[in-house]
Amino acid sequence: MKVRIKFSKYGPVKFIGHLDVMRYFQKAIRRAEIDIAYSEGFSPHPVMSFASPLSVGHTSQGEYFDIEANSFTSEEDLLQRLQGAMVEGFTVSAVKLLPEGEGNAMASVAAASYFAAFKKNLELPEKWQESLQAFYQHSYIPVTKKTKKGEKEINLKESIYDLEIRENMFTDRDSHLEEGVYMLLNASSGGNIKPGFVLACFFNTLGYVLPERGLSIHRIDTYKNLGNETNRKLAPLIWEK
Amino acid sequence: MRKLALSDEILMQVEKPARYIGGEVNSVMKEKNAVQVRFAMCFPDVYEIGMSHLGIQIIYDMLNQFEDVWCERVYSPWVDLDKIMREEKIPLFALESQDPIKEFDFLGITLQYEMCYTNVLQVLELSGIPLLSQQRDGDDPIVIGGGPCSYNPEPICDFFDIFYIGEGETRYRELLGLYKSCKENGQGRKEFLKMAARIPGMYVPSLYEVTYHEDGTIDQRIPLEEGIPETIQKELVGDVSHTYYPQKPVVPFLKVTQDRVVLEIQRGCIRGCRFCQAGQLYRPVRERDLETLKTWAVEMLKNTGHEEISLSSLSSSDYSQLPELLGFLITHCGKRNINISLPSLRIDAFSLDVMNKVQDVKKSSLTFAPEAGSQRLRDVINKGLTQEDILTGARLAFEGGWTRVKLYFMLGLPMETEEDIKGIGELCNKIAALFYETVPKEKRTGRVQIVASTSFFIPKPFTPFQWAGQCTREEFLDKAYSTRAAIAGQLNQKSIKYNWHEADASVLEGVLARGDRRLNQVIQKAYEKGCLFDAWSEYYKNGLWLESFAQCGIDPDFYTTRTRPDTETFPWDFLDCGVKKEHLLAQWHKAKEESTTPNCREKCSGCGASRFRTGVCLEGRKGLA
Repeated sequence: MKVRIKFSKYGPVKFIGHLDVMRYFQKAIRRAEIDIAYSEGFSPHPVMSFASPLSVGHTSQGEYFDIEANSFTSEEDLLQRLQGAMVEGFTVSAVKLLPEGEGNAMASVAAASYFAAFKKNLELPEKWQESLQAFYQHSYIPVTKKTKKGEKEINLKESIYDLEIRENMFTDRDSHLEEGVYMLLNASSGGNIKPGFVLACFFNTLGYVLPERGLSIHRIDTYKNLGNETNRKLAPLIWEK
Repeated sequence: MRKLALSDEILMQVEKPARYIGGEVNSVMKEKNAVQVRFAMCFPDVYEIGMSHLGIQIIYDMLNQFEDVWCERVYSPWVDLDKIMREEKIPLFALESQDPIKEFDFLGITLQYEMCYTNVLQVLELSGIPLLSQQRDGDDPIVIGGGPCSYNPEPICDFFDIFYIGEGETRYRELLGLYKSCKENGQGRKEFLKMAARIPGMYVPSLYEVTYHEDGTIDQRIPLEEGIPETIQKELVGDVSHTYYPQKPVVPFLKVTQDRVVLEIQRGCIRGCRFCQAGQLYRPVRERDLETLKTWAVEMLKNTGHEEISLSSLSSSDYSQLPELLGFLITHCGKRNINISLPSLRIDAFSLDVMNKVQDVKKSSLTFAPEAGSQRLRDVINKGLTQEDILTGARLAFEGGWTRVKLYFMLGLPMETEEDIKGIGELCNKIAALFYETVPKEKRTGRVQIVASTSFFIPKPFTPFQWAGQCTREEFLDKAYSTRAAIAGQLNQKSIKYNWHEADASVLEGVLARGDRRLNQVIQKAYEKGCLFDAWSEYYKNGLWLESFAQCGIDPDFYTTRTRPDTETFPWDFLDCGVKKEHLLAQWHKAKEESTTPNCREKCSGCGASRFRTGVCLEGRKGLA
């Protein structure tokens, strides 16, 4: 049976890369003595599927992975045991037994929401807020996106599902990010767009080069699409009806 | 939440920022105001190397069991961060509290190889601690060294306040207790060091003076204080089953070199290979109790979540209850999909059977360490492995489906001739031929792969070869070329791959290994010129080292190429590892006669270690007084 786990990543552990986060959870599952299934073959590995890699340096309260379990006690029991195996910076916030036939976390991801706050020392162009709203009103925003195969021209607008300037953002760890931009972006395996890329593209139109490390980025949640391509109906990967 | 010493901007600039954040599973946090002694334990190399070291995990666990002590960890910042810390004047910090090392009471540095010496200076300088012991004052931590290189601490003795000679489990409590009472009584650094020098195992280099003969060899060592010992005996754990061992080792976030549970099954080695320093330093061999090991293995696997366990010892096949231990582990780990890794096993029917159970035969390779190419030279070095042992093991392995064989040799051993080097090629060829003989054509899945690797022999203190001359760089390279030619001349040469090490670094390692106090200035100069991470071939700067020797007026050959007379006083003779110098000298003479010495279980050779009254020295002779 498939179990989905939601967790947060904050503080110093934001510097741990995706592969090491996966290794961390493999070991945590062993410490928590969770009855996870192993792959076949000579060097079996635990069956886990992570939803969407988080960039090094970003924090999140909406990370997910699925495990294949041989046996199941209860969602609450699993949550308690896994949380007991965590170190500061990782919190297990939800556990859900998935219904039969549910797609795995990685394949399900359609979108992710972010809050991007600007670092204090930046001198942003004047009235950038108004320009950003105008930018978002365009129906066609041509940008060049780097892919594994090279560069390609895309319409960025198609991948921005929502965007607004917010004064404050309180994360689940009570940490407080001041003025920044909320974004809901395509996070599917074929069309993932990074929040830093969106803002860099925007500031380019103002002739301002956003410094590479000018943003603090926090992922709020990761979503699947319950609707279809044209009529999206996004819901968090663990979703109470 | 913990606040990091480095800003987000810096951490995002450097490679693998997780090296510097601490907070790993099982790392120990304490309230700093609630402890009296803060100890920073350092492995002077990059995090992934340092975190793979068992010794530090043992000491870390032990010190943190003391309620009045908080032990934290510190490693060498990698070159990228090193540069930033210097530019921005950021002091080196400990991983747990992220507090500057300068605020600590002790900085303990483990010395596992000579090539880390410039990194010791890096750690001191980045911490803001004066490099020289004599320039430190009450604000500086006590800098204490330990580990195998502290058995010849003289080349780095100016940089350390104390060296702890021997196994760390025994005397730290006493030392830290003394430190606390000195602090309470208002006694300063100097008084503390003078009293520390009276604790067994503690060597305080500033309290001794050395005089030299005109030819540069050592004349005398003079203790400068009343009541401090002339010779310092190593510390040793008598009962290795009832001592400190980390049941909750720290689990790094990063994939480190040793990413597994390490179960040290015994200390020491019964085999007296004459080139091997560890085989002498850790005598006598002491086995851990089987039931203790089983409990520890289960506990450590549970507490870490590691997916692999490795047995650690100098020669695991000599552990007398190995079949029982492995039987237990195979059952326990098999159910939980945990791998078992088996280094240092002698290849025979038993080990092949075990390996067949725990490894994928198709993917794994067999390892033999003949060390020398001929039986004659193997007798010289007292390596009790015969060609017949190797060929029998290889035949069994080929029958069992293995196709890959790794062979380790040393070049530049004492008494080595061209014939011995040819012997390396011939042995490789025989193994390859054996494969084609053993495995019928229809069962072969390709060619057999033999990988022969050679390292250059470096004579080390406290070995029978401490009197031997070391090869020059040119001699080393000639030997490597001869080896390559010898292999290329074989019928099955296409199945044999040959690797050899760089020669320059081996020469320097030889200088540092048998050096004396005069090398302190050379090491400091090399560091100031930019030498760092010398153990990493891509960062090793031989030219700067040669310049440093020249500018200090020191001839490196004095320490390497000379064959020492039997009567010479060595820089490390004032240390006593249990094995007597007369025994080592007798072994040196036997080596020259190509005569072997049985291992400790076959026959006691009277090395001197029996005075510790433990381990193999007591086996089967309960009547010993």
